[in-house]
Amino acid sequence: MTSATTAHSVVEPSATTRRFAGSLVVLYAVITMIPLVWIMLTAFKSPDDAISYPPKVMFKPSLEGFCNLFTTRSRQTPEFIRSLGPPQGLCDSIARSRNMVVAGPSNYVPRFVNSLIIAFGSTVLAVALGTLSAYGFSRFRVPLKDDLLFFILSTRMMPPIAVAIPIYLMYRTVGLSDTRLGMILLYTSVNVSLAVWLLKGFIDEIPREYEEAAMIDGYTRFQAFVKVVLPQATTGIAATAIFCLIFAWNEYAFAVLLTSGNAQTAPPFIPIIIGEGGQDWPAVAAGTTLFLVPIVVFTVLLRKHLLRGITFGAVRK
Amino acid sequence: MAQIKVEALDKSFGTFHAVKSASFTVEDGQFLCLLGPSGCGKTTTLRMIAGLELPTAGTIRLDGEDVTMNRASARDIAFVFQLFALYPHMNVRRNIGFPLKCEGIGAAERDRRVVEAARILRISHLLDRSVSGLAGGDRQRVALGRAIVRKPKCFLMDEPLGALDTEMREAMIHELRALHDRLGATTVYVTHDQLEAMAMADRIAVMNNGVVEQVASPRDIYDRPASVFVADFIGSPPMNFLPFHGGLQTGAQAIRLGKRDVAIPAAREAMAECELVLGVRPEHVRFTDRGMVRGEVYGTEYLGTTQIVTVTTRYGTLKARSPSSTSFRTGENVGLDFRPDTLSIFDKASGRAIRTALHEGGAHG
Repeated sequence: MTSATTAHSVVEPSATTRRFAGSLVVLYAVITMIPLVWIMLTAFKSPDDAISYPPKVMFKPSLEGFCNLFTTRSRQTPEFIRSLGPPQGLCDSIARSRNMVVAGPSNYVPRFVNSLIIAFGSTVLAVALGTLSAYGFSRFRVPLKDDLLFFILSTRMMPPIAVAIPIYLMYRTVGLSDTRLGMILLYTSVNVSLAVWLLKGFIDEIPREYEEAAMIDGYTRFQAFVKVVLPQATTGIAATAIFCLIFAWNEYAFAVLLTSGNAQTAPPFIPIIIGEGGQDWPAVAAGTTLFLVPIVVFTVLLRKHLLRGITFGAVRK
Repeated sequence: MAQIKVEALDKSFGTFHAVKSASFTVEDGQFLCLLGPSGCGKTTTLRMIAGLELPTAGTIRLDGEDVTMNRASARDIAFVFQLFALYPHMNVRRNIGFPLKCEGIGAAERDRRVVEAARILRISHLLDRSVSGLAGGDRQRVALGRAIVRKPKCFLMDEPLGALDTEMREAMIHELRALHDRLGATTVYVTHDQLEAMAMADRIAVMNNGVVEQVASPRDIYDRPASVFVADFIGSPPMNFLPFHGGLQTGAQAIRLGKRDVAIPAAREAMAECELVLGVRPEHVRFTDRGMVRGEVYGTEYLGTTQIVTVTTRYGTLKARSPSSTSFRTGENVGLDFRPDTLSIFDKASGRAIRTALHEGGAHG
């Protein structure tokens, strides 16, 4: 017998299959990454490079986009600019080269802070409420349990924007229009149904013996919930939190409709930049690039839980 | 350790009546098995003793104190679950120490008692291992460790050996019973496996459809079943039942089966003419040519030292245990005889055993 024969498994994918699958994954990753990479490149282009045709892949990096994002500028005569002292900082000198002076900070930072507060606030609230109600639905005999669960799910069956006008009118009446609290409540109510359903699945899979053992050992039900159930539900909670955060972070339509001067979030603000003094694509791209950072950081921090979380139910332990 | 007294315990889940007026007492230091088929209410009864379910009616006393509505944590009991319920995010040491931590016992004392419990269960070498890597038997020992570390009033165990393989189960049966004796514990143990119950219990409570059918020693349960259900559930193969029509006078020593008289233990109560059932264990069936029942051999099952011979008769199919040295041919015509002093008589309508001299030999008559 020659050494050419090799034992092979019938369930393990062959080397060819593996290579094929691997290249598909890489191809898909590249395709999805291209727009992101392009946005990041644009953020570092000068306005001229950004709109040049054919598009420039190689260019001289510039921070003009970021400067335009963080500042407001006013056009002045060259005489006036010359009468000023030396430029104050990088942005000032870039602005002066365009016959402009920095008039003050832009609204990007407050909008970004609004986004952070509203998105994380509503995520924390939705996950907390979701965990508690999912635990209740999972463990207790709730009257009309199935109907209630279906009702909770049914709130997701229509596009949220369908109720935009009623919510706009209600918010105006009760004074929640253009407030952070109003937006937190709104995103929480949209997300809580997702949170209940996702988390119920996770909590259902935690054997109730764990809590019962803890209760017999001397804990109250709430202590058992906190000390025994929560640690085992971290995977589910992390996955749910990411889904909730992504929704609240990216939400555009309600933010446009319900917020303006006070509680406006970053998504409706970023497109507004276009209008200020020509189509300032590098500034928009810079705003978008920075806007991606929190989600990326949050996802990377929780990625260990995420993979198991997203495939939950598919593979049982 | 303590006495457990369960009185007229009832539990309904909506329209489902899970436990119907269950009463029994577990004396201090006793090992009681709740035995029955799945869905008979044995686990629900145990969970009510533990405080994991609240009864619909009835009382539970621990050492005389009414704990019926007390929280589980206020009862000072230990519970061993079928799936062990070891906390996966803690190692063995912290799992065993967990009940002590709940009670707020200091780290030094806690560690001393964890080490002591581990020594008793011979798992000292595993203390710093993660529970997820343990074999079934070791997981069970850790679960037991968590139960014994606190020195509770009683141990409640819900099919703790159900998840183990046969070999490990055999070993754990003896270990559990030895542990019980060593700690002088009071134990209530739920199982559907009659061999486990027979091997371990001081007393067995047989349950069916939420009703406690009989509470007695394993010997009494086997020799003097209180009902058709108990006689049928216990024993492998189960008792043979021969239905007949007749009445009984107090003191009667025989019944009329077909055209023959069959000697029975003297009746201690009278029964008017009704449908009755004669019960006979397979090992009390003898083969004899002058037997009162004739039948045809249907088949044999070889079990090593004995064999089970299935015989078709006019009273139905009977199973007889006979030494495996005797040989039978399928279709062979045989005569059967019963050992008179071991026979049971049941009322067919209620399934209840009729009192006879048989019941006078036992501790619980």
